[in-house]
Amino acid sequence: MKISPPDNRKPYICCHSCRLVCRRSQKTSGLKMRCPRCGAMLHYRRRYSVHRTWALIFAAYIFYIPANVLPITNVVSLGKKQSDTIISGVFYFLDTGMWPIALVIFVASILVPLFKLIILTGLLISVRKRSTRYLRQRTLLYRLTETVGRWSMLDIFVVTILVALVRLGTIASVEAGPAAIFFAAVVVSTMFAVSSFDPRLMWDAAERCHDGRKK
Amino acid sequence: MNSERQKPKPFLISCPECDLLHKIGFLHSGGAACCSRCGAVLHRYKKNSVARAMALAVTGVILFVVANVYPFLGFRMSGQIHHSNLVTGVLELYGQGMWMLATLVLATTILVPALQLAGMVYVLLPFFLGLKLPKRLSVYRAVIHSHPWCMTEVFFLGILVALVRLSKLATIIPGMGLYAFMALMFVLAHISAFTDPHLIWSHGEKDL
Repeated sequence: MKISPPDNRKPYICCHSCRLVCRRSQKTSGLKMRCPRCGAMLHYRRRYSVHRTWALIFAAYIFYIPANVLPITNVVSLGKKQSDTIISGVFYFLDTGMWPIALVIFVASILVPLFKLIILTGLLISVRKRSTRYLRQRTLLYRLTETVGRWSMLDIFVVTILVALVRLGTIASVEAGPAAIFFAAVVVSTMFAVSSFDPRLMWDAAERCHDGRKK
Repeated sequence: MNSERQKPKPFLISCPECDLLHKIGFLHSGGAACCSRCGAVLHRYKKNSVARAMALAVTGVILFVVANVYPFLGFRMSGQIHHSNLVTGVLELYGQGMWMLATLVLATTILVPALQLAGMVYVLLPFFLGLKLPKRLSVYRAVIHSHPWCMTEVFFLGILVALVRLSKLATIIPGMGLYAFMALMFVLAHISAFTDPHLIWSHGEKDL
């Protein structure tokens, strides 16, 4: 299983932090190099990009199930305890006629994490197959997951505020449920997965194909 | 400040998304250089970027202190009033045994924004005072890498959703801290839009 591209194809290497373009020579290709400007380690591509992204995505898929099944809040009011999952929270807003908020929660906490996982899985498979099709569209999808991902933290923050505000003991109080931890784990691991995936791997396949045709 | 007035030298940049090498020359006001292959924005012309970013960073520091010190939200139900601060939610979560969740919320709403503001002030100070500060570019690197974890705007949307949910149960009294936090959200969003990373990296290069 060979995933990483050949390391010595291009005569330059770009710093991942400050984006300084450095010349690379055959002599230094095997050594660890640091960026002369900002001091970050220089890598041709993000290290173990595909492996790390797969691992984080699998973890996120697993966390996604308890996050949706277990209760995210436990509301205690006048001695009665009521548990809410993410989906029952959406239905609560739908029943009370506040559908815009129901839509916001549904998109941010159910659709966005799921789409992020599906998109990243698709991108990883395309890198594995060295696909050269729809490169621009795939790059666009990657950019989309990068910008939209943080909004799924919404539900965690809603729970935090409810917990902070409603604390009247037995009259009314809110506790965070176990799903909150799993949901936070989904968001954090997908965010790390997005940042460990290297979109340049997709373009490497195209360049390899292009070089092959020239010969 | 001189480096900004001089005509910028052309420089090489490799596209962060598809690794195509580009040479960036002179950009007109408001212009942006995009990758010719994948369309990613490579570099943007920003007028007075250092002065504007510094002004926003200092504003942000003041707003941050106000948002954390003054009461955030009040909650009135059956004659009782409870005031809460920005950290109250974190402390309550910690008290319920959810320390992982508490750490995550603390990091994304308080620690990372604080790092962003203090870091930007530290990075931009040498442009005005002409002094050398140690580890300046490492600080800027930390600011850039922690940026996705600065979630003030998401937190604010969370506040709105929670308030709508509670509006039938009780009366909510917005405090001074909430207004400061709202302003802080806009300031933090604009700091990164106003800074010109290339200018900071190339200015820091001279210190080395």
